[in-house]
Amino acid sequence: MAEITLIEGLRQGMDEELERDERVFIVGEDVGQRGGVFRATEGLYEKYGEDRIIDSPLAEDSIVGIGIGTALYGMRPICEIQFADFIYPAFNQIVSEAARMCYRSAGEWTVPMVIRVPYGGGIGGGLYHSQSVEAFFAHVPGLKVVVPSTPYDAKGLIKSSVRDPGPVIFLEPKRGYRLIRGEVPEDEEVLVPIGPARISRTGTDLSVFAYGMMHHYCLEAAERVAQEGINAEVIDLRTLKPVDRQTILASVAKTGRALIVHEDNLTGGYGAEIAAILAEEAFGDLDAPVRRLAGPDVPAMPYSHPFESWFMPDADRIAKAILELAAF
Amino acid sequence: MAEANVAVKTLDKKELLRLYHEMALVRRLEEEAAHLYQQGKIGGFLHLYIGQEAVASGLLSVRRPEDHVLTAYRDHGVAIACGIEVKYVIAELLGKATGVSKGKGGSMHLADVRLNYWGGYAIVGSHLPLAAGIALADKYKGEPGVTICMFGDGATNIGYFHEALNLSMVWDLPVLWLCENNQYGMGTAVERASAVEEIRQKAEGYGMPNSRINGMDVLEVRGAAEEALGYVRENGTPYFLEVVTYRFQGHSIGDPERYRDKEEVDRWREADPIKIFRKHLIDTGAFSVDDLSIEEERVDQEVAEAVEFAEASPDPPPEALYENIYADS
Ligand SMILES: Cc1ncc(C[n+]2csc(CCOP(=O)(O)OP(=O)(O)O)c2C)c(N)n1
Ligand SMILES: [Mg+2]
Repeated sequence: MAEITLIEGLRQGMDEELERDERVFIVGEDVGQRGGVFRATEGLYEKYGEDRIIDSPLAEDSIVGIGIGTALYGMRPICEIQFADFIYPAFNQIVSEAARMCYRSAGEWTVPMVIRVPYGGGIGGGLYHSQSVEAFFAHVPGLKVVVPSTPYDAKGLIKSSVRDPGPVIFLEPKRGYRLIRGEVPEDEEVLVPIGPARISRTGTDLSVFAYGMMHHYCLEAAERVAQEGINAEVIDLRTLKPVDRQTILASVAKTGRALIVHEDNLTGGYGAEIAAILAEEAFGDLDAPVRRLAGPDVPAMPYSHPFESWFMPDADRIAKAILELAAF
Repeated sequence: MAEANVAVKTLDKKELLRLYHEMALVRRLEEEAAHLYQQGKIGGFLHLYIGQEAVASGLLSVRRPEDHVLTAYRDHGVAIACGIEVKYVIAELLGKATGVSKGKGGSMHLADVRLNYWGGYAIVGSHLPLAAGIALADKYKGEPGVTICMFGDGATNIGYFHEALNLSMVWDLPVLWLCENNQYGMGTAVERASAVEEIRQKAEGYGMPNSRINGMDVLEVRGAAEEALGYVRENGTPYFLEVVTYRFQGHSIGDPERYRDKEEVDRWREADPIKIFRKHLIDTGAFSVDDLSIEEERVDQEVAEAVEFAEASPDPPPEALYENIYADS
């Protein structure tokens, strides 16, 4: 098996889907000649040509709107938004049009499209190049929201997202693009279904739920606290909508304690949904209050490196939160 | 443009030298920024203004203190031309507490409202409606300022641009829309992204008076800007100025620049706005080579001192993370 990076996993997944299905095409700013702002689509323009890897003008609203139109009429668009922070011009198209089409047509029209969105901090991007946007979209029925955290899942989930009959918001932890490496088989098709979470570390003392880059920091923290005799279970949610209640509840039934970690700010963040599920459905299993560790409630991630590190939860802070929860 | 040329001819030597100093300072600042980035002292994204210096310097040399200025994220040259001291710019690039935005903004969001410089904006096109709003406030309050809104060619493809241009005409707003057409939006050439190659044609669609000028000649920019600002001031209605320029570096540091060839870049480098202006100053006998060398040394010194100031400055304190989330009531 070859060890590849997360962004390579993504690229391979897109490449295979482009190869498999002629209806698949990619549209976005600089996805073609330049190979993408993070070079996720590198080499695809050369391989598939300008009709299938389409450089668009700077117009997010239309990138998504055009995606919706083509999807309605039988195509399989992959739309790239360069940074999550730039998705808002397209918010209307995603929420008002893409998410509702199936419902308003009583299932007659569907929007099989993927919107790829690099998100998150840790690259010095500052106020307008660091944001996490999952909570906005996880709120919207009709959308699926996926966040891979490993090269294997990036490849397997992008492929499943392309094949999904509805709109998928595909969030990519951009700090991990080249940082996260992992094995991906070369001689078999990698498909990861949308929906199931993955238990990435089994444990008995408490359950830690995370996704994206934070999932890696949680694993790191779990290894640290293991030295202090705490055995944490770590769960990579992978799909935020629809969320895998079963795996979440089964884990907490076993451990009795839950910590949810995300870098998006706390209030109204995605962690609140997991906490609510546990409050409603796992009350009897809980031995301690559900805890959340999240980014601070400030309007955006400021630029200076110290600010950024105070903003983003890291293995140290996660380990501390785990120990506190275990001691409750 | 005839009148403008007359104005340029009457420029005094002091102003010519100030312009030269400012452009050389911006160039030196950008070279130093690239260096600091390579050393890992500046993080994130760094968009250099090298090649475009004549635009900000020419334009802003004729703005009045009451005129408001907004631009996009390629904003270092604009910040300097608006009067922000170079040391506060470099401190911001290094994320220090002494930076213009106290380390919160970084390269792309320099601003100082006391100088009527309302900042750089990183969401492309997003500041155009804001500019129209500032102009509406001026009009509403009966104040004399003109709002100068700068943006790139790429920004003219997003809806915000069209909405803002349209309503600035419908509502008669005193705005100078200034497009810095450096011929690329990131890796996409204008002709691959815009239905019209002359961006000024978009203003035609809104019935807005407009012109397109050479942005590599600071005096031409200055003359055209003087005329355009005069028009807006006199009529209280918008004007659209397209300034054709070129960025000599990649879109941001680390851009592999596969979308253009070296010959093209070299050709444009021949039109280096600082070299052209330098030659003009010498050829017309305004200054000697020695005069200008002294000025260049001053610039080097100024930037070196600014770097020293920035490096010696403290990091922001942790509590600053939570400051200014809401306005004090
Ligand atoms: C809404 C939005 N979409 C995309 C981007 C990413 N992006 C940053 S700069 C840029 C190109 C802008 O080109 P132009 O307006 O010509 O300015 P230039 O960089 O040439 O100065 C792009 C696509 C962004 N910052 N905001
Ligand atoms: Mg441009």
